[in-house]
Amino acid sequence: MTQTLVASRHEPHRSDPKPARAVRHGRAVPFFVVPFGVLFILFYLLPIGYAIVQSLYTVERTGTFGPAREVFGGLTQYERVFSDGAFWTSIGRVLVFGVVQVPVMLGLALILALLLDSGLVKGRRFFRLAFFVPYAIPGVIAAIMWGFLYSPNLSPLKPVTSAIDFLSADLVLWAMANVVTWVYVGYNMLIIYSALLAIPAEVYEAAKLDGASQFRIAWSIKIPLVMPAIVLTTVFSIIGTLQLLAEPQVFRSFSSAVTSTYTPNLTVYSTSSIPNFNLAAAFSVTLALTTFVLSFAFLRFTSRRGEQ
Amino acid sequence: MSTHAPEKTRIKEPLLSRTGAMLVMAVCTLYFLVPIWWLFVGASKSSDQFTSTNPLWFADFDLFANISDLFAYRDGVFLRWMLNSILYTGGAALLGTVLAAMCGYALAKYRFRGRELLFNVVLSGVLVPATALALPLFLLFSKVDATNTFWSVFLPSLVNPFGVYLARIYATASVPDELLEAARIDGSGEIRTFFKVATRLMFPALVTIFLFHFVAVWNNFLLPLIMLSDERLFPVTLGLYTWNTQVNQIPELRGLVIVGALLSITPLVIAFLLLQRFWRNGLGAGAVK
Repeated sequence: MTQTLVASRHEPHRSDPKPARAVRHGRAVPFFVVPFGVLFILFYLLPIGYAIVQSLYTVERTGTFGPAREVFGGLTQYERVFSDGAFWTSIGRVLVFGVVQVPVMLGLALILALLLDSGLVKGRRFFRLAFFVPYAIPGVIAAIMWGFLYSPNLSPLKPVTSAIDFLSADLVLWAMANVVTWVYVGYNMLIIYSALLAIPAEVYEAAKLDGASQFRIAWSIKIPLVMPAIVLTTVFSIIGTLQLLAEPQVFRSFSSAVTSTYTPNLTVYSTSSIPNFNLAAAFSVTLALTTFVLSFAFLRFTSRRGEQ
Repeated sequence: MSTHAPEKTRIKEPLLSRTGAMLVMAVCTLYFLVPIWWLFVGASKSSDQFTSTNPLWFADFDLFANISDLFAYRDGVFLRWMLNSILYTGGAALLGTVLAAMCGYALAKYRFRGRELLFNVVLSGVLVPATALALPLFLLFSKVDATNTFWSVFLPSLVNPFGVYLARIYATASVPDELLEAARIDGSGEIRTFFKVATRLMFPALVTIFLFHFVAVWNNFLLPLIMLSDERLFPVTLGLYTWNTQVNQIPELRGLVIVGALLSITPLVIAFLLLQRFWRNGLGAGAVK
């Protein structure tokens, strides 16, 4: 009864009605589709194509001070991307970040959603709102705020921040993980909570009559049923992690440990400000492909496991 | 949602579980709200008291003086940023929602050639993150000498493939074919039917799409960062970011950043809380159908 993004991708017709005589109304279709379609082509497909083309060129100079001209360089830029240690370090860094932060964030979101749904909690509405508030705060502002909260002399947690330097090279990645978690737990909780609400009460009526505990019901009935929602939030979180930009960019003002190539997107940005657009385009394409492959692989992996 | 919840509470849970649950909730509430409380308290203090008094409680309440300082700074550039943010995010989300709704509706309600292809391409677009497009967009706009303009941020922000995906689900779920057929028999044109009938049925869903779109644009930091160099075109996030990078050189900016951060999030927090039910309904329909 639960159908997800994943499932509908494989069987798009399943829930469609049959507009039998729809052909008759075909003339209206361009009116509906063309405006979005044109913008999608211009500002989505075209840039992707253009980035790929740009990434295949290199800039050559004749002599040291000669005029620069772009020549087709084949995969030269990609060779540079693949031999760029800092870039792959940054990919590794965001992967480590994601492997820790995504499960912590989604685990917390799941626990809070289950608690809200369990009937153990009074004042559900208040808690739902309170947890969701940080989502209204854009990453840049949240990062600025937490940057101040971490700094030893301004923080309300002075005893903690004077003992532990959250902005040091060792901890700053996790300081940022906390900012991302703080912003997104409530949002993910709401997605899972909505999925829990969609489960009809009859489903666990029998379990309750048999005297199953709340924990047992959550573990054996609720979590399997909201799995599709968890998969969806995981995919969006993976995408978000690889794209990490606003938080590290802001933290550069607070901590010298955050370099200009700290995350893949920072590398794209700093390479384009050199400016070396061809190399930056190659970084961009590589990052987009990595993201696409990882989220697609995750969707595939989970949908195959679901079929078993 | 309140319809089936009370049934569950009827079964008495052990006191221990209930206390434990409330404890978790209380700790999390502190975690989520204390930083915002700190921002509010901090914004109400003069710069001396900001460092010398309890960070979580008020000293002299100087919020309004601080706000007027902020508005006066550099000929009111902050207000300009706020206005820009409203235009970029509100404008793009509003128009973008209409476009996504039209496309999603057509995908749900008409059979036409290339429909499958269109849907699959749009769906793949959901997996391409907006930040990955920022640099390519910059290169394209510089080809036509249009970087550092309002349109260079506004136009790309109109496109939201996830909105089309959601609109298709919602149109399938909430607009019955019989009703469209009836409208046709009454002689209503397809376009008229969409705007007069379908959009009304889809309205709660459209609010959800709008909210998603709004947040996506609001959070897209790389695009304005790469595209804009004229500070009069900045959205408020980029503006506060640049001030924050200068805090070490110009210490007075720190107070302005804090007051500005508070002002920039206040309208959003209020709007989000008021519109929360749309989030919940929409997320439910999006994740579980």
